[in-house]
Amino acid sequence: MLADKDRIFKNLYGRHDWGLDGARARGAWDDTKAILDKGRDAIVNEVKASGQRGRGGAGFPTGLKWSFMPKQSDGRPSCLVINADESEPGTCKDRDVMRNDPHLLIEGSLIAGCAMGAHTCYIYVRGEFVREREVLETAVQQAYDAKLIGKNNINGFDFDIIVHHGAGAYICGEETALLESLEGKKGMPRLKPPFPANMGLYGCPTTVNNVETIAQVPDIMRRGAAWFSSIGRQNNTGTKLFCISGHVERPCNVEEQMGIPLRELIERHAGGVRGGWNNLLAVIPGGSSMPLVPAGPDQADTLLMDFDGCRDKKSALGTAGVIVIDKSADVVKAMARISYFYKHESCGQCTPCREGMGWMWRVLNRMAEGRALKREIDMLWEVTTQIEGHTICAFGDGAAWPVQGLLRHFRPEIERRIDEYTANPDVVDAVGVFDPPVPEAAE
Amino acid sequence: MSVRRLADKQPPSFAFTPQNLEWARARIAKYPPGRQASAVIPLLWRAQEQSGGWLPQKAIETVAEMLGMAKIRVLEVATFYTMFNLAPVGRFYVQLCGTTPCMLRGSEDLKKVCRRLIGEQDCVSTDGMFSWTEVECLGACVNAPMVQINYDYFEDLTAESLTRILNDLSLGKAVKPGPQIDRHNSAPVGGETTLTDASLYARATEPGRN
Repeated sequence: MLADKDRIFKNLYGRHDWGLDGARARGAWDDTKAILDKGRDAIVNEVKASGQRGRGGAGFPTGLKWSFMPKQSDGRPSCLVINADESEPGTCKDRDVMRNDPHLLIEGSLIAGCAMGAHTCYIYVRGEFVREREVLETAVQQAYDAKLIGKNNINGFDFDIIVHHGAGAYICGEETALLESLEGKKGMPRLKPPFPANMGLYGCPTTVNNVETIAQVPDIMRRGAAWFSSIGRQNNTGTKLFCISGHVERPCNVEEQMGIPLRELIERHAGGVRGGWNNLLAVIPGGSSMPLVPAGPDQADTLLMDFDGCRDKKSALGTAGVIVIDKSADVVKAMARISYFYKHESCGQCTPCREGMGWMWRVLNRMAEGRALKREIDMLWEVTTQIEGHTICAFGDGAAWPVQGLLRHFRPEIERRIDEYTANPDVVDAVGVFDPPVPEAAE
Repeated sequence: MSVRRLADKQPPSFAFTPQNLEWARARIAKYPPGRQASAVIPLLWRAQEQSGGWLPQKAIETVAEMLGMAKIRVLEVATFYTMFNLAPVGRFYVQLCGTTPCMLRGSEDLKKVCRRLIGEQDCVSTDGMFSWTEVECLGACVNAPMVQINYDYFEDLTAESLTRILNDLSLGKAVKPGPQIDRHNSAPVGGETTLTDASLYARATEPGRN
């Protein structure tokens, strides 16, 4: 288990003062100027050496991402954008960072801004997080008042932070959709290339980072890359905030080392699976966009919670929002509800996604009742592969994968329901077993 | 995607109050010159607050005019983002999270409470006090099931505690946001398993460093 002294988020639960004094007492803003004085290359190299990978879902190496920013400005200013549009089902870690440790984020933004030559930072907070945004705005003001950021600040790098917010669109967590939204448009993802590092916000070179990624940076710089990379496994270094929700005894957020076994994570911090480990049916390890991993000796029992460990089980760490499903749950219905989420949140720009989401949801709903044909299971699989990889952004993939995970591991359960439904002719309506009685428009 | 249309009955006009107008100007000034369109979400939000929780057509047009944007562009934004209510809502607007993590922990029961005490989804109660709607993940999954009432999160709910909260609100009593069981924020019930090392917090703030 990670020792308390190795934790970055020391006020994760908000037991202590989130303000500037409290943050300083916990070590934040301690001679930040010395870090900035090392120069942008040194900062980027240190973050590269730490092996930190983005905490927002895709797991892209942070230092490498920063190094894509232009060294010489062509007249356009560089921008840093913090993605605080946390809305992946199962994930609620950035919320705790913003409301309980906002100064880690602000100091991290300054260091990251210096590392990429960006003097302006926008923090895009999801609209629903009103109270969290109020805390963050107050903390930013505290930093301005203490001249830690702003023009001619004591750290010697002019830096402005603007707290912006959305208004309830999941897709704005996608980095180019976020930039569109920040520019005052509908949050519809952009085609890449050009990548944001070339042409991002207002056409300027931009890097978009997750809240947790940035909030870890001050500790990486202060304690050194060697400290960070000594935690976890190779290629999966450092600590991570895990959100454990669903059918566990004591759901919670917790910071742990990367690569912790799932079972240890759940039993040590969340009081175990409801009804004991043997009552586990499946787990979604990384937020709703990732395929589920069923219980079993070579599945959830041996799942290591990091990027490679999850990939070994044909899933992904994503945002590390662990959703636990026990045997009392209706797994098909649970996944149908996730499909409804994606149907609701599709921006509608790409046809496979806009039409496919509603289609998958309707079929899954029927499958939850057993009101389907067995060949439709293959058809559903086929449709997921038609969506996956055929959309502008990763939303299509993220909606197709959980359905694929369900079909991969719970096909017998769906077939059983279909058998049960068709074997009971009283339930079969006059229209037929697979035609929905009222055609629904794909909206 | 969901179908979102403007309400049939619309007020005849909209104008920001002087305080809000001043706030809006300051907000627009935060963005680079010529990029005032960036302020569209904050301005629409403020217009919604001023109109009692929903966004009339005239407010959308006013914002478009203030930002020098085509009306259709602002209308697009207002219909794209689901937190903009295009029809009136109750004074206490309950947004009930129904996505899988909340569903697994009993959001279906909460929906029944809302139906019983408030009525059908998206219908304002006759006294204008309440309305509710099912929304997608509100990002408090370890505190599931939960609802957002106006700006506050009410977490770790049961049918009983939600009933009590709604009753208290209708009686004008104060209610406490956050977890409704014996629990501190996102820490596990029964106390933390981590961050128990008191030496982490031993360092006193040096006076006068601010």
